[in-house]
Amino acid sequence: MAGYKPVAIQAYPVLGEKITQDTLYWNNYKTPVQIKEFGAVSKVDFSLQPPYNYAVTASSRIHIYGRYSQEPIKTFSRFKDTAYCATFRQDGKLLVAGSEDGGIQLFDISGRAPLRQFEGHTKAVHTVDFTADKYHVVSGADDYTVKLWDIPNSKEILTFKEHSDYVRCGCASKLNPDLFVTGSYDHTVKMFDARTNQSVISVEHGQPVESVLLFPSGGLLVSAGGRYIKVWDMLKGGQLLVSLKNHHKTVTCLCLSSSGQRLLSGSLDRKVKVYSTSSYKVVHSFDYAASILSLALAHEDETIVVGMTNGILSVKHRKSEAKKDSLPRRRRPAYRTFIKGKNYMKQQDDILINRPSKKHLELYDRDLKNFRISKALDRVLEPSCAIKTPEITVSIIKELNRRGVLANALAGRDEKEISRVLNFLIRNLSQPRFAPVLINAAEIIIDIYLPVIGQSPVVDKKFLLLQGLVEKEIDYQRELLETLGMMDMLFATMTSKESPSLLQHNASDGFLENKKIES
Amino acid sequence: MVEEESLRVVRCGGSELNFRRAVFSADSKYVFCVSGDFIKVYSTATEECVHILQGHRNLVTGIQLNPKNHLQLYSCSFDGMIKLWDYTDGILIKTFIVGCKLHALFTLDCAEDSVFVTINKEKPDVFQLVSVKLPKSSSQEVEAKELSFVLDYINQSPKCIAFGNEGEYVAAVRDFYLSVYFFKKKTTSRFTLSSSRNKKHAKNNFTCVACHPKEDCIATGHRDGKIRLWRNFDDEKKYTYTCLHWHHDLVMDLAFSVTGSSLLSGGRESVLVEWREAAEKNKEFLPRLGATIEHISVSPAGDLFCTSHSDNKMIIIHRNLEASAVIQGLVKDRNIFTGLMIDPRTKALVLNGKPGHLQFYSLQSDKQLYNLDIIQQEYISDYGLIQIELTKAAFGCYGNWLATVEQRQEKETELELQMKLWTYNKKTQGFVLNTKVNMPHEDHITALCFCNAEKSENPTLVTTSKDGHFKVWILTDDSDIYKKAVGWTCDFVGSYHKYQATNCCFSEDGSLLAVSFEEIVTIWDSETWELKCTFCQRAGKIRHLCFGRLTCSKYLLGATENGILCCWNLLSCALEWSAKLNVRVMEPDPNSENIAAISQSSMGSDLFVFRPSEPRPLYIQKNISREEVQWGVFVPRDVPESFTSEAYQWLNRSQFYFLTKSQSLLTFSMQSPEEKLTPTSKQLLAEETLPTTPFYFILGKHRQQQQDDKLNEALENELVQLPLTENIPAISELLHTPAHVLPSASFLCSMFVNSLLLSKETKSAEEIPDDVSMEEEKESVDSDEENNFTEEVQDTNNTDLGKDIIHQLSKSEEKELRKFRKVDYSWITAP
Repeated sequence: MAGYKPVAIQAYPVLGEKITQDTLYWNNYKTPVQIKEFGAVSKVDFSLQPPYNYAVTASSRIHIYGRYSQEPIKTFSRFKDTAYCATFRQDGKLLVAGSEDGGIQLFDISGRAPLRQFEGHTKAVHTVDFTADKYHVVSGADDYTVKLWDIPNSKEILTFKEHSDYVRCGCASKLNPDLFVTGSYDHTVKMFDARTNQSVISVEHGQPVESVLLFPSGGLLVSAGGRYIKVWDMLKGGQLLVSLKNHHKTVTCLCLSSSGQRLLSGSLDRKVKVYSTSSYKVVHSFDYAASILSLALAHEDETIVVGMTNGILSVKHRKSEAKKDSLPRRRRPAYRTFIKGKNYMKQQDDILINRPSKKHLELYDRDLKNFRISKALDRVLEPSCAIKTPEITVSIIKELNRRGVLANALAGRDEKEISRVLNFLIRNLSQPRFAPVLINAAEIIIDIYLPVIGQSPVVDKKFLLLQGLVEKEIDYQRELLETLGMMDMLFATMTSKESPSLLQHNASDGFLENKKIES
Repeated sequence: MVEEESLRVVRCGGSELNFRRAVFSADSKYVFCVSGDFIKVYSTATEECVHILQGHRNLVTGIQLNPKNHLQLYSCSFDGMIKLWDYTDGILIKTFIVGCKLHALFTLDCAEDSVFVTINKEKPDVFQLVSVKLPKSSSQEVEAKELSFVLDYINQSPKCIAFGNEGEYVAAVRDFYLSVYFFKKKTTSRFTLSSSRNKKHAKNNFTCVACHPKEDCIATGHRDGKIRLWRNFDDEKKYTYTCLHWHHDLVMDLAFSVTGSSLLSGGRESVLVEWREAAEKNKEFLPRLGATIEHISVSPAGDLFCTSHSDNKMIIIHRNLEASAVIQGLVKDRNIFTGLMIDPRTKALVLNGKPGHLQFYSLQSDKQLYNLDIIQQEYISDYGLIQIELTKAAFGCYGNWLATVEQRQEKETELELQMKLWTYNKKTQGFVLNTKVNMPHEDHITALCFCNAEKSENPTLVTTSKDGHFKVWILTDDSDIYKKAVGWTCDFVGSYHKYQATNCCFSEDGSLLAVSFEEIVTIWDSETWELKCTFCQRAGKIRHLCFGRLTCSKYLLGATENGILCCWNLLSCALEWSAKLNVRVMEPDPNSENIAAISQSSMGSDLFVFRPSEPRPLYIQKNISREEVQWGVFVPRDVPESFTSEAYQWLNRSQFYFLTKSQSLLTFSMQSPEEKLTPTSKQLLAEETLPTTPFYFILGKHRQQQQDDKLNEALENELVQLPLTENIPAISELLHTPAHVLPSASFLCSMFVNSLLLSKETKSAEEIPDDVSMEEEKESVDSDEENNFTEEVQDTNNTDLGKDIIHQLSKSEEKELRKFRKVDYSWITAP
């Protein structure tokens, strides 16, 4: 025979943002730590090696921060002019940065003075990166050139002069030591191969390119420029996969989450958006106080660092996994009860009979199953349930009414209990979705407790409050009706074409309100 | 070939199974229940209907096992006959003609050659218990007129009479009286409930009675839910009773277990209560049986109970209060709101079933397929509660979607309305809830229909409501990156001058939607939802609306409350014809242009079948039912019939079923009733084979060697021995020669035994036929694999017979090995 069927809890649509796995994941960060830098933060880069320090480039300084430090643990300030694009090598031991005067400086993390200086660009170097073999540096500059440098003897190996405007972003492949990509203000993104002296693929982005990003596999390229983010399939020779237009100002920075499943983009419109890399839909978005110039994610997405134009660095740390075994643990059955019969092998002719799985019932359902109606009502009127999930309370009241026992459940309550019921009514009576059920309950309460009114000042006060609430609601409805009447008159005088649809809409509203007043 | 007589209305969908207590066979293998004019024999293990005993000409009112032969069954009926049946073969043995209407039947072990029946004399409400002497006679039909009076002024229901303590006394209850008649003393004692004497509206009337099988103890059930246990009732002064009270509503039935150690009771709570040792605190429950318990019966072996429920169901319950089988008929005890529908997948009839459920009922096998729980809430069976009612349902898109509407209205303003949309899940083979719409309309929903056009890619549903709107719901994609999902949303809301929308209907190709607003029919374009045109006849509110089909798709039919049937031409937008007909039911045939309309008059209901293109009906059948017909439906036939007569051609491809106000499901048939009512499916006999002990195995093997035993024993004896006996001339001579010319038995014996021995020549001659028979039997016993094999054999039969035999040997060896595995060695360990 069918078992007990639990009470159906009416589900109401949740207004606002939909709760998904992604919103839960990306909201699970602490409140940001704000660090003031000297100028606009143009680049943030995480070291790939523990302890996952990050380099922040702002104005003419490069600060190295520890993961949880508020103060820089190291500063490189030997730049005559603005520094750009401080980037860690893969092993986290070297750091390279370009500068406004066209020089590129290579630092040892433990040292202070630059280890190497690469001279050759005539204008500001906005992008530098290490190649996959760790011994070369790629740089792009405002003199339209892209250069490849050898670290051991600090010499220029190659120069590519294919761009026709500033080269502002670049990225070296993580797999192939000879491949790297640069984006330029001439609207193109070019992939260069150090073995061929020329670009192998060139794609037209359509806007000045602000940021490029290669996927770890090297197969997909993401470019950002203007309001667009475009994803290119490099294995198909640079075919456009998707074009995303979700920001309403220029997109300035791109970043992949550690799993590679999500793509993040920062923009001058002060938003960071998170995309799924399978469907390229926005799954989450963050708001910041100022236009965003740089963005970086730590190992395992533990930290989000965002640099802004007003020189503020915002650092968000992931909340540590809550450990909830502080509660006193209930005594569990002994170990042998679990292993009993577990090592028995099924024989040929044995018939396996599974024990039917026990259906979990909520406490109020257990009470209702055993016809403890007052107990069930008490349980859902407890503040923890009544405030957090009023729909459960209302559903139980509705169920009791359906069973024809609501009056019995409400009767025979003392001052404290009845004031709890009245509190719930006062809080929720005016909500349209609960009103039909609660008005009925309120009528029953008034019928039951009318003879004893005046005995308890606390309860009397609650009744007066409830009365006031109902009067206020009626006044409010009357006002609404008056407004509606006026609007109807206005519409009646108009003879334009669009009026019928509006009229119809209002009429249905009016019908709703009429019903409310009747009740 | 079917003989084409006149068309008759026949009842289908079985009758109620819960009219009387079910009776178990002595070995608890079968359970019998009365069902209309028949008695049905069900297997308790498989729930299968094994036999239908038919022969009574009126409602069967009582069945009892023959106390002297447990393989026979007595039954009595309103037609005044008591019949004796052999239930294992389903054969009528004897008929005793009593003459007057028999209301109940009782048998007693000690009463020789007589049974007890309840008859009514003179006044309609006064019944007598009489004993009927059943004369011994060899003829099939015997008059049994020897009645002896036992008790007067008793209740009609057999629940109110019980025989106790091996037939020493009989107890009967009526209103506030308990009367006990002692057979030995031939005296009657009468007890009146003390509390009932003064009060006019006392609620403790007797409802049922049961007697302890071993002791002098009578249990009575009362309307206030109490059970009283009476003792010492042989003395009218010193009698005592104790009270058991758990039921809060009337006690419907009581039964003692075979040993008398426990008492079973049941009522409207649909909880079976077992009182152990007749003590108040010692009770066990089996709750949630689904519907009011009407009857309780106990098997003579004591291992099974059976409860009959008001929703036309019997539950076989094991001794330890575990339900083991459910025998469910067509649920009939509630109002049918949804009407009759056909599930396009299973071709099952779908209608309201148990509270909050839709039942899927197979018309072919006369069996309920399953119940779909729509409301999904705990059913509280209190009297006077306003329940949530399942009011509308519709199938769409070839059975892929099901829409249901449920409502509950407590007061004028408090209407709870919910629409649910269910999708068919191929994996689980059932309907799964997809979308739940709370308050889809402001007022009652009057109709809903799916757009079933073949070309429509997007499922569309239309609901009409008394709030003056009709809403169009479409299936939309609701998927995001996390999941793929579809859901239903409202696409369009239409209204016409704030009239109540009453009906809706899609045209066959789905291009037009007709919605009736009281007296006015509006036609909407289903692409743009533009109002195309309106029809108004000012002939009362539209009750039914349907489009013509196939060649008649340019017609729209509407039936109004004032008894006018209108047919509009959609091309000319004008009234084509109208007829004066008070249409109650109008159903289009999905396989043809025909439309069936059932009209209601003071005389009864008449059926008209017509095509929209011409106002002259194809077929008229007057007086199909005396009562009002509520719903009708065309059911497509699996195999088209071929009625040549023009009048019956409308039944060629579809069968018409209709449901009357008293919930009887009727249809039209031309076959004779016997032919019609025998189930076509092969009846499976529940054969419980013996446990395979080594003894059985040795014997079985022996027999197998002799006769290639493959089937079960019973079949084997019939099938294999019969041809043998026919072949042997000695046996045929023995059997066919009249007895008086035969020589003495001692002379014949040796000849007979010799004939049974297999001689050498016959053995060799019979070898090949033996093989063939083995093959055939294999085919019947084993599964498809074997079938393939036999086909192969047929192909290669002449070319390579030797190979086949080798192959077969390996098979039989395999079978032997399998049998070894099944051997039950538990007997060795047993002490």
